Amino acid sequence: MRSCLAAILLCLPCLGMAQTEVTSADFASQTITIALNQEPPQLNGMKATDQVSIFTLGHVMEGLTRYDRRGNIVPGVAERWEVTDTEATFWLRKNARWSDGSAVTADDFITAWQNVLKPATASEYAFILYPLLHGEAINKGELDPAELGVKALDEHTLHIRFERPTGYFEKLVAFVTYFPVKGEFLAAKGSRYGADATDLLYNGPFMITDWVHSASLHMVKNTHYWDRENITLNAINADYITADTRARLNLFIDGKIVHTSLDGETYKDALAQKLRIRRFTTGSVFYLEYNFRAGRVTNNINLRRAIQHVFDPDEMVNKVLATPGNLPGKSLFPVWLNGKTDKFRQEYRPQEASLDLVLAREYLEKARIELGVEQIPPLVLLVGDSPTAAKQAEYMQGVLKAKLGLDLKIDVQTFKQRLAKMTAGDFDIVAAGWGPDFDDVMTFGDLFTSWNMNNRGRYSNPEYDKWVRIAMNSADVTVRMDAMGKLQQILFDDAVILPQYEQGVIYLMHPNLRGVVRRVVGADPDFTHAQVLEKGD
Amino acid sequence: MLAYTMKRLMAGVITVWFIATATFVAMHMVPGDPLMNDKAVTAEIRKNLEIKYGLDKPVGEQYLIFMGNMLQGDFGISFTQQNRRVNDIIRDHFPVSATLGVLALFFATIGGVVWGALTAVYRNRLPDIIIMFMVILGISVPSFVFAALGQLLLVNINSALGFSLVPVAGWGTISHMLMPSLVLGLSTMALLTRLMRSSMLEVINEDYIKTAKAKGLSPLRIFFKHQLRNAILPVITILGPQIAAITTGGFVVELVFAIPGLGRYFVQAVQQLDYTVIMGTTVFFGAFLVLMVILVDILYGFIDPRVRLQ
Amino acid sequence: MATTLTAELTPELTPDFTAASHNLSVEQISRPSLSYWEDAWIRLKKNTRAIISLYIVIFLALFTLAGPLVWQVDPSLQDLNQISQAPSWPKTALLAAPYERWQPIILDDFPSEPDTFPDVIPAPDGLQTIGLATTQQIRLRWNPVVGAGGYSIYRNNHLPEGLNDLGLPLATTMGGNEISYEDRLNLEARKYYYSVVPTDGIDEGDKYVTLEVIPTIAITRAEATARGLISAASDLPEGASLTLHFHPFGTDYLGRDMLARLMEGARVSLFIGICAPFLFVLIGILYGGFAGYFGGQLDSTLMRFADFVVALPFLLFMILFKIAFGIGPGESGIIPMLIALVLLSWPGTARLVRGQVLQIRNNGYIDAARLLGAKNSYLVLRHILPNTMGVILVSLTFAVPGAIFTEAFLSFIGMGVAPPTPSWGSMCNEGVKTMLSHPHELIFPATFISVTVLAFNLLGDGLTEALDSRMRSR
Repeated sequence: MRSCLAAILLCLPCLGMAQTEVTSADFASQTITIALNQEPPQLNGMKATDQVSIFTLGHVMEGLTRYDRRGNIVPGVAERWEVTDTEATFWLRKNARWSDGSAVTADDFITAWQNVLKPATASEYAFILYPLLHGEAINKGELDPAELGVKALDEHTLHIRFERPTGYFEKLVAFVTYFPVKGEFLAAKGSRYGADATDLLYNGPFMITDWVHSASLHMVKNTHYWDRENITLNAINADYITADTRARLNLFIDGKIVHTSLDGETYKDALAQKLRIRRFTTGSVFYLEYNFRAGRVTNNINLRRAIQHVFDPDEMVNKVLATPGNLPGKSLFPVWLNGKTDKFRQEYRPQEASLDLVLAREYLEKARIELGVEQIPPLVLLVGDSPTAAKQAEYMQGVLKAKLGLDLKIDVQTFKQRLAKMTAGDFDIVAAGWGPDFDDVMTFGDLFTSWNMNNRGRYSNPEYDKWVRIAMNSADVTVRMDAMGKLQQILFDDAVILPQYEQGVIYLMHPNLRGVVRRVVGADPDFTHAQVLEKGD
Repeated sequence: MLAYTMKRLMAGVITVWFIATATFVAMHMVPGDPLMNDKAVTAEIRKNLEIKYGLDKPVGEQYLIFMGNMLQGDFGISFTQQNRRVNDIIRDHFPVSATLGVLALFFATIGGVVWGALTAVYRNRLPDIIIMFMVILGISVPSFVFAALGQLLLVNINSALGFSLVPVAGWGTISHMLMPSLVLGLSTMALLTRLMRSSMLEVINEDYIKTAKAKGLSPLRIFFKHQLRNAILPVITILGPQIAAITTGGFVVELVFAIPGLGRYFVQAVQQLDYTVIMGTTVFFGAFLVLMVILVDILYGFIDPRVRLQ
Repeated sequence: MATTLTAELTPELTPDFTAASHNLSVEQISRPSLSYWEDAWIRLKKNTRAIISLYIVIFLALFTLAGPLVWQVDPSLQDLNQISQAPSWPKTALLAAPYERWQPIILDDFPSEPDTFPDVIPAPDGLQTIGLATTQQIRLRWNPVVGAGGYSIYRNNHLPEGLNDLGLPLATTMGGNEISYEDRLNLEARKYYYSVVPTDGIDEGDKYVTLEVIPTIAITRAEATARGLISAASDLPEGASLTLHFHPFGTDYLGRDMLARLMEGARVSLFIGICAPFLFVLIGILYGGFAGYFGGQLDSTLMRFADFVVALPFLLFMILFKIAFGIGPGESGIIPMLIALVLLSWPGTARLVRGQVLQIRNNGYIDAARLLGAKNSYLVLRHILPNTMGVILVSLTFAVPGAIFTEAFLSFIGMGVAPPTPSWGSMCNEGVKTMLSHPHELIFPATFISVTVLAFNLLGDGLTEALDSRMRSR
């Protein structure tokens, strides 16, 4: 038996020989290996909506502008631009090339944008192009895509007319939905566009050479990229696709991947392994949203205020989430958003509810009388079926029961069933979160307008809508920020939401790898300007 | 024999049709639809999506369209992976799941039969007790624990050796497959061990064994020719469904070991309510299961001549 | 049995003859005759395995039913002061002042941004704690460093061995003049090593200073009152020590008592883990037995239906059942779940039983019994079922953990028990995530499941041996 075992052990290295031993961050070849959370569902930039697709596209495509490592907008395909209240002009660089060597032209952007808005494309992110003149009408099928307020003044000059002033347009064009598409290529590929490595044309720093679905995705440096001199990495190989954090940590420890996120449990193992842990704030905000539909008890402001005065986001972050990097929720607007000159939250400090049990019980009593009930009926908290969601919901259940004597029923639902209930308004409170699409307060600000479909509780306040309209129709930063400040105050006064936390993640990064950028918007993590050092510290 | 097989296949087609219909109905009765997403879309965009995917048509019409396409062997295009045909998904990922499943079943069957026979031979003695203890552990601890532990073991072996002896995750070479298939096969192995033990115990006391012993046959010959052959029947009975269960049930193992198998698609499709992938994988797995069952029944006839195939 | 047979047959066989004199004393059976099942029961009682399993079952029943009477702790009461505590003796804590938000120390006479960026920023000195370090909060301060544009604070569980081993990155202060930090992140009463690294505002330097801190367990007056450790009117001074609640099996991720949760979870898990397998194995026996015994067209139709049920996507149909049964939020849908579980799980056993029956019914003794005029029901009960028992019991044993984990999975998607009600399976699922750092959260529920399975296994073995007449001699 023992000799047999030894024989098996001896055989194993031979089996492993099939693949050559490469470290996850190889200095000589400037190659890194990573793991993806899931297979990119969609590499057609016109339709992509998810993190992994945006991550991949962010490395292989480029829009008119891009973000630098500090999160500032810098030239991408466009060399320079001018944006006014009514129009914008982008001058494209002459040396911007597709991976087949042809030039990236103004027409490529027009093709992409018209296609995004075409009803037949059915792009979920079409709304992000609504600032373009006639964008919304085209998407509704009322106008022909040719009517879009975008034209090519010449091969390298793109002129845009706006539907309304869009002060943050240069940030919008860095988003995937605004990426260019070469018309002929799209026509040739048809519905296959973006389906495989050969079904895409790349204009970004990297290009996909090899894509085995659910198994691996290999990117190499794009030799036609205009800024290729400043790209050090030769290849990014996504050789593992799994969402299991422990599996990814194991791969990291085994030296197979250069980066992985940690959660509340795996970080303890990383500590024990003496690995350097880093911290990053994702920019997403998580909160509880109340149902404002008629007949719902949560429509009562005093009930909402009672909850506001017993919930301690600090305790939730420190004891329940229990990983560093999360910030206690104080506002819908996260700390990283820019204001007039400084950060928005510095300029408009959010009001915080005091932790006051006596006051809270007074509010609750008022609510009980106003609702005309003996006792407030149990509230239904709708949550998803992830382990963290359940844990947070149980914590809320414990808090409300212990402090207010309120019963909370936790309604756990699988993904689509939860969305169906959210859409139908079948809840009192729902756990929700919002990640930014672009780097502007508006990506959060318009969430609770009466017309926004993401306003799942159907909160409707003319005052709120008014301030959003004011901000939307102005390009003046002071007017816009003041309006947003007003929104922040309304959200607090009306206790529209109960901010819980701003999400932070902790992660591991290979010590020899430098220049990796974590971003709140766009491709994250961004390996574009990373390089492998010969030896880390 | 041929007539029997044909008859079974015909019945199988009807079974698969029932499976497809029931799944289709269930899928549409469940709240939510494949077009819903975390970020809600405006009514216009929603309408565009419905038209594009044909969800604006009445459910009855959708059913007929689906059945029509299915008869031509086309399951349509995935909702979540909007550029991929369900046929391609099955073609690309089923072989992976099948390889993993066959290997797992190989381990499970060999292990199950050997351990099971051992426990029967050493009934109530130490080997029996030890093996049964392992079996109880094997079925009381869920597979994701074994998956996590198995992977951790690999990490520790590799770090102790200072080089990657066996890959921690991924897919490609045989060395990638060893640990995941072992983990995947564990519970089946436990089940087979237990089944094998109890049917061996029944067989051991049969008259023909006594006769064989009396005839002076060697114990080894008795074991293989008589005991094993007779005791293995219940094992074979459950093998058919187990093959199907193991190839579809590899979700956790596929996730932990980053294996591009069909099990992940099957589970995620239901969570995502990806209509076309649900239908494609269910019908495919249904057909696979039916085939396996037919195969096992035919096999049964070969091993046990007493069972006549009608 | 023998006497009755003789009595019945005698008049028919010997109508014309005078009955021979009958010496009853010869045929007298000294002991009462035993039916097959009575005999089995006697043998079962003699079986040590069966007796052990009986004791386990009694223990589980006591644990589940009487346990909560003895251990009167609310299983859903959260104690965020004692999260994921390993089993231990009762701990003592200091009575602490209520928590007040703390203003970080920001120096006015020190620049927030350095004027020049030195190549090497020295490590700060004077790293110390402010006030008493407790599990409520640990407050740190250090002296400002010229050239720093901020400081990163790390926390580790062991003495850092280098810059890559500083541990958990807690925070980075905003300026070179902000020289304090308050840590409240999930503090336990253990040794921590805090390290402070100056930054130039963007990148961290490579010099750091480390401080060892051991916080003492503390509880605020409000918390202590809420938990009933002191009365509201108590004038116990701050700093006095008091004994915290005892958690013999430790606590879970929200500081809930594991023992109380195991006891409450036992009800759900044992109910589902015993009822579901019992019911679907019963259905499986009837269905499979029926199909196998009668065979032919009926058999193939029934078995095709079983194939159909097996192939249905489990998750999808469970979601459907949940809606069909109208399980509302927060309601515990144990009975509907039981029904759903039984409806989808029986085909395995049915197939197995059918296979066995097919094999057995061709045996010589069946034909012999039939020739003797045995009825179908007699054949099935007396000859066929007992011979399939071994296989049936195996499949029953395996169904127990299967059902317990299926329940956990279904609770997870909102079917089954509603939180905060625990079950062993869901405790296991939670415990797996903390497997390495807090193994007790996995080991306890997993042990209880294993013990239950063990009991069924032993019982199964005992039954098999008791029921199998061929093993009588052994």
